[in-house]
Amino acid sequence: MSILNFDNVSYRYPGDDVDIIDRLSFSVEPGSFHCIIGTSGCGKSTIFRLINGLLQPKAGTVCVNGRHITGQKHYCGYMPQKDMLFPWRTIGENLALPLEIQRKYNKAEQRELIDAALADVGLAGCIDKRPDELSGGMRQRAAFARTMLTGSDLLLLDEPFSALDFLTRISMQEWLLKLWQRHKKTILFITHDVEEALFLSSGVLVVEQTPIRTLREIPVPMDYPRTHKDLAHPEIIELREQLVNMLRKQVTE
Amino acid sequence: MRKACKSNLPALIFLFALLMLWQLGAMKVNAAYILPTPVQILQKLWELRIVLFTEHLPATMLVTLVGLIISLVLGLGLAILMDASPFCRKAIYPVVVASQTIPTTAIAPLFVLWFGYSIWSKVLVTVLITFFPITITVYDGLQSAKVEMTELLLTYGATKRDIFFKIKVPCTLPYFFSAIKMAIPLSVIGAAIGEWLGAQSGLGYLSRRMMTQLDGAGVFAPIVLMSAVAMLAVALVALLEKKMIRWRGEL
Repeated sequence: MSILNFDNVSYRYPGDDVDIIDRLSFSVEPGSFHCIIGTSGCGKSTIFRLINGLLQPKAGTVCVNGRHITGQKHYCGYMPQKDMLFPWRTIGENLALPLEIQRKYNKAEQRELIDAALADVGLAGCIDKRPDELSGGMRQRAAFARTMLTGSDLLLLDEPFSALDFLTRISMQEWLLKLWQRHKKTILFITHDVEEALFLSSGVLVVEQTPIRTLREIPVPMDYPRTHKDLAHPEIIELREQLVNMLRKQVTE
Repeated sequence: MRKACKSNLPALIFLFALLMLWQLGAMKVNAAYILPTPVQILQKLWELRIVLFTEHLPATMLVTLVGLIISLVLGLGLAILMDASPFCRKAIYPVVVASQTIPTTAIAPLFVLWFGYSIWSKVLVTVLITFFPITITVYDGLQSAKVEMTELLLTYGATKRDIFFKIKVPCTLPYFFSAIKMAIPLSVIGAAIGEWLGAQSGLGYLSRRMMTQLDGAGVFAPIVLMSAVAMLAVALVALLEKKMIRWRGEL
């Protein structure tokens, strides 16, 4: 059974003349890592907002774990582009946010989960630090740990590394793959960086046009674990060219 | 502490220069009943110290405190209401602004007729001029909460209550402190105006009585005491703010 299923979903922003998402259907298998790739403003983030419930579809249904999302809670962990760490909370307190809201754990249990999550992302010892004491990469890792603490099996990551410098970005990508393999979560990852998409995902979902009617799935012929050197494989380089051309066609159209 | 002294040095030098100028000018004019020298004012403060500190200062502080508390409750309430409902905002905001066009000093004598010489006529003046900056500033603070933060918590399944306490309140705290720092001097002024117009005690009342006795230094002395107390209170709040908010400007 697929973990996420879009069935003829349409959405139109208030004030627009056309639907930005037009009868879109697609599904995602549990445990997979998919990147959604498209030009900026093409509506990729709208797909995320329909999944996490910030937007309601005009028509069609979005199902997670086989059930309609309305009425479900805590079914997905959403990580926005900016880390959105609250500056008035320490790192530990920031990580506590999803736990506080779920009201499932007492203070001691929360503390245990937070310690484990921080150790997991390599930030043990940062629990009492304030967000502005951390570097960009560390902040993103803290934000990711917070997303993990939602306890959801489906993670929606919206260009989480786009604001980082190149070297930090590639080490964060490798780091993310390691965590994904360890935790067996399902990840949907928005990016406009073709190389990032190829490196991370088992399959790239390409937004070919706006309004979005289909997502074209292109499998990435590489095994995990991967390193950045694998991107130099001729087959991958060719695939990269192909994807770049698909996206460029949209920009010039 | 030493650093604070150093950064305040230019202000202190300037203030001292102004006071010197005043002293020299007043000595030249030589009409202490309308223009006393700073030294004469200090002498008066010392002479009057017992009534000032045991009778009039407590009376004014009581009015200030009661007025400030009512203004805070009213201002916070209105701000939260306006933030929570666009309808309330449309209904309340213009009225709040219009309330500030009332020349409070001019109609304050009526308050004395309504409430007599009780504390409430003075409290009303205080509230009328103090609640406005609190309302507007706190409302701005509530509005400064980032949409993205709210959305993030919504995806975690947050309720309205969660959003209010986990985002709105911390976002508003710096604004709240600014509001208090503005409100303290305003409420002291409000209390003094109220007392000036009709009272049996208080620094404003004393100042006015000295006026009728053509005692220039006596008019100034209670006022100097009043601003000293207001400055002290603002400094205390600023200290508290520094302790509580270490992330100002990071949003």
